[in-house]
Amino acid sequence: MRLPRSLRAAFHRWIARRMGRQGRVIRLDYPRIYILPTRAGAAFAGMLVAMWLGSVNYSSSLGYLLTFLLAGVAFAAMHHIFRNLAGLTVTSTGTEPVFAGGVARFRVRVGDPAGRARWAIGLGCERADKVTDIPPDGSGWLTLEVPAPSRGWLGPGRFALLTRFPTGLFQAWSWLDPDWTGLVYPRPEGGAVPGPEAFAATERGGQFGEGDEDFRGLRRYQAGDPPRHLAWRLLARGQELHTKQFAGQAPSKVWLDWQALAGMENEARIARLTRWVLDAERAGHSYGLRLLEAEIHPGQGPEHRHRCLQALALMNQ
Amino acid sequence: MSAIRDSLPPRTLSALLLVLAVVAAPHAMRLPLWLTAVVVALGLWRLGIAWRGWPAPTRWGRVVLTLLLGAGVATAYGTVVGLDAGVALVTAMGGLKLLEMRRRRDTLVLIYLGYFLVITQFLYDQTMPMVAYLLFGVWGLTTVLIAVTRATGGDRPLAHGRLGAALVAQGLPLMVILFVLFPRVSGPLWGLPERSTAVTGLGDDLSPGGISQLSRSDAVAFRVELDDPPPAPDRRYWRGPVFTRYDGETWQAGRDRRGPVPEPRSRGRSVSYTVMLEPHAQRWLFTLDLPAAAPEDGRLGRDLTPLAEDPVHQVRRYAVRSYLEFRVQTELPPKRRQHYLALPDQGHPRARELAEGWRQQAEAPADVVERGLAHFRGDGFRYTLTPPAVADNWVDAFLFDTRAGFCGHYAGSYAFLMRAAGVPTRVVTGYLGGSLGDDGDTITVRQSDAHAWTEVWLADQGWVRIDPTSAVSPERAEEGLAGSVAAGEPVPAMARPEQSWHKTARRQLEEMDAAWNRWVLAYGPELQQRFLSRFGLGEWPRMVMGLGVALVVVGGLTAGVILVRRRPRRDAASAAFARFERKARWAGVPRRPGEGPRDFGERAAAAFPERAQALAAITESYLRLRYYGLADDGELRRLRRRIARLRLPRSRG
Repeated sequence: MRLPRSLRAAFHRWIARRMGRQGRVIRLDYPRIYILPTRAGAAFAGMLVAMWLGSVNYSSSLGYLLTFLLAGVAFAAMHHIFRNLAGLTVTSTGTEPVFAGGVARFRVRVGDPAGRARWAIGLGCERADKVTDIPPDGSGWLTLEVPAPSRGWLGPGRFALLTRFPTGLFQAWSWLDPDWTGLVYPRPEGGAVPGPEAFAATERGGQFGEGDEDFRGLRRYQAGDPPRHLAWRLLARGQELHTKQFAGQAPSKVWLDWQALAGMENEARIARLTRWVLDAERAGHSYGLRLLEAEIHPGQGPEHRHRCLQALALMNQ
Repeated sequence: MSAIRDSLPPRTLSALLLVLAVVAAPHAMRLPLWLTAVVVALGLWRLGIAWRGWPAPTRWGRVVLTLLLGAGVATAYGTVVGLDAGVALVTAMGGLKLLEMRRRRDTLVLIYLGYFLVITQFLYDQTMPMVAYLLFGVWGLTTVLIAVTRATGGDRPLAHGRLGAALVAQGLPLMVILFVLFPRVSGPLWGLPERSTAVTGLGDDLSPGGISQLSRSDAVAFRVELDDPPPAPDRRYWRGPVFTRYDGETWQAGRDRRGPVPEPRSRGRSVSYTVMLEPHAQRWLFTLDLPAAAPEDGRLGRDLTPLAEDPVHQVRRYAVRSYLEFRVQTELPPKRRQHYLALPDQGHPRARELAEGWRQQAEAPADVVERGLAHFRGDGFRYTLTPPAVADNWVDAFLFDTRAGFCGHYAGSYAFLMRAAGVPTRVVTGYLGGSLGDDGDTITVRQSDAHAWTEVWLADQGWVRIDPTSAVSPERAEEGLAGSVAAGEPVPAMARPEQSWHKTARRQLEEMDAAWNRWVLAYGPELQQRFLSRFGLGEWPRMVMGLGVALVVVGGLTAGVILVRRRPRRDAASAAFARFERKARWAGVPRRPGEGPRDFGERAAAAFPERAQALAAITESYLRLRYYGLADDGELRRLRRRIARLRLPRSRG
């Protein structure tokens, strides 16, 4: 269906007006639900017309009877389809953070406050076979995939919740524009990048050690440790996985500093810092982040990494 | 949106095949055996593909199969258009469609095709059991249609079956409204094809043995609703096709039925009535002898055969009036006289000789007529349903050798004798008798009442009905078939006079059938117009208006039944919350009208700060149950327990 741009814009404005403000929990009341015949429904209507013509031609009373019965079935089906969607409540548990350029996945929960079972509820942007059933007194889960082009908070945008059950002759749908949010991390700079030490922004001379000659001891394995430093012999003896540590590789504190990247574009700086955060976390360093209005003290681990990336994601927003 | 690319779950597929088999089964009796076998084989093949992983045919394989089947149907029927060939073709292509059923669209095509098989079946069989059977098929098709809307398909066959039944049941009220009020259009829109189905009824010629076969059938030929007192049994001659041509073996219709129609004049009682004629695939109608004028939507032939414009393929209902005593065509032009005297040059020499003797001895044609009847009355003639077979010159063989025959023999040979003796004569076939209903205003006429008689033309009197059978068997008119032939003859059960429970049961079934015919099958443009005018909706625009109003009312009620749903959960939660409201009211904090549960909870928490936590928990729990739809299984139990444990101080005011 291709409409002229102005018409489409007017249509979307009308939809937006009709939808009103939508919050975190959305209830699909009657006025929010639209229903139209599907292609299968149009074919069904065509079949009824053919049957009617045949009945006229053969003056077949039973032909009329069947034609009208099927019309009644379609009418009843329309209301069943409407009812299958009406009254649902929709919420989301948000998304797992993604990097810009990826796809954010909102986990959408649909349920019926009256506890009735619903069947084959789907999302407008998905294939029709990715649908969920709602068992009695339960809820169903759907995954809403939203492209995340840029860093910061991401809303799901307008999407449709729809159903064609039962019979598929009609499609009932409702437009949702909830205020759910998901975090999008900045896109890290790709390729080979110089390390932060090159900008001499480290504190107390702490540096990334390059040497691997002097064996210092073992520590427990952390994700991202280089494979050539793993203690394979210990592992072969059935012990836990450890990483060999060498002199010059001591956990060093490194500050990743906004100011050190003076002269670069803001977004480029953010991309570089993001990359550094990821590299430092992977290398097992203790790292801190110093931004214009925020400072995160050096630390390590997924929690710390998330705090740093979130600060970067929300810079100047 | 996009279609489901995965094939149907095997269980749904099996259900679809089963339902298609059910709706196609009645057609199978008419299809060529090879076609039925091929379609069944295709279905089994498809099952094998689904359950056993058999190989599916390649695209070229399907093309070859399609061409072969199409050619087979064209050869078997000599055409691919028309009803019979069309049904065969649709069945064949449906079988092939099974093999290329991959996407949902293919499945839908098959389901819609199933609905078509149902409606075409109605053109062959309109009895109530068949309708019940096919309604069952419609339910099955609808259930499969529901199942294929769900990608996971066949995992809840019972629930889908119930929903299918609900849809069909909820479609019924609308069906009734549309059936009664949707304006009917008179067909046909395009040419009606020839139908080859054998239907019992009088044939379009009279051979000597013809009617005796028909007389073994109990089937109802037509029913009559009388507006006047019923005619006496010996006056119940139901006029059908009239035969005026004799070819040496059979009596046939004259080639010039269209022509000036003589006007009957009444000489006594007339009877008005309505006939509900069962389809017999022929163009003639039946009226009590002699119709005063043409029946509704019909006409009279010049030999006074009541005729319809088209062959009667549907139950047909027509009102007509007849004269029980009449005089018709007192003047016979010479050309017509020749027509009613014509005989082949050869054949039946002994009968000709007998007739020639009568002509010479008789003083007037009326005397010839009487001599002919006397001949049958006297000379050891026997009336039987099982006459001996004769080969050539059947009139001679019957008159002089076997002397045993049925009404066809008597009427046919009598007409021959009369023509040979110079009296203009024609053969009339139809029915004689019929059983009067208990209420006295309906007559049921069966095939076993089929009869043949003659009409002779006498100067001044016009056409006079002469029934030679009554000369042999006077009981035939008074007591019907069973009373007129010897015991032990193959008379059908319903034509026998004795009562039995199964005759009673069958009569009741037939009454239901009559109502079905009367109100459903015969409900066409005329009956609709007449029926609706009782409610002031006879005019077309008012009919449409009435349809609109009825649709809004019935549609609204149907929608209400579907949309207003039971909410057991919500009611339980509300009941629990109502108990909480009572407690709060006693404590002096009643819920205000229109106050939302959250505001009410917050106000209560502010009034009783020491219970704030418990009150917040109750409100939250209630909201989860009632509004968010996010409750798990224990939520209702928790809400009840919290409310039960809540202690609020008594009102201070």
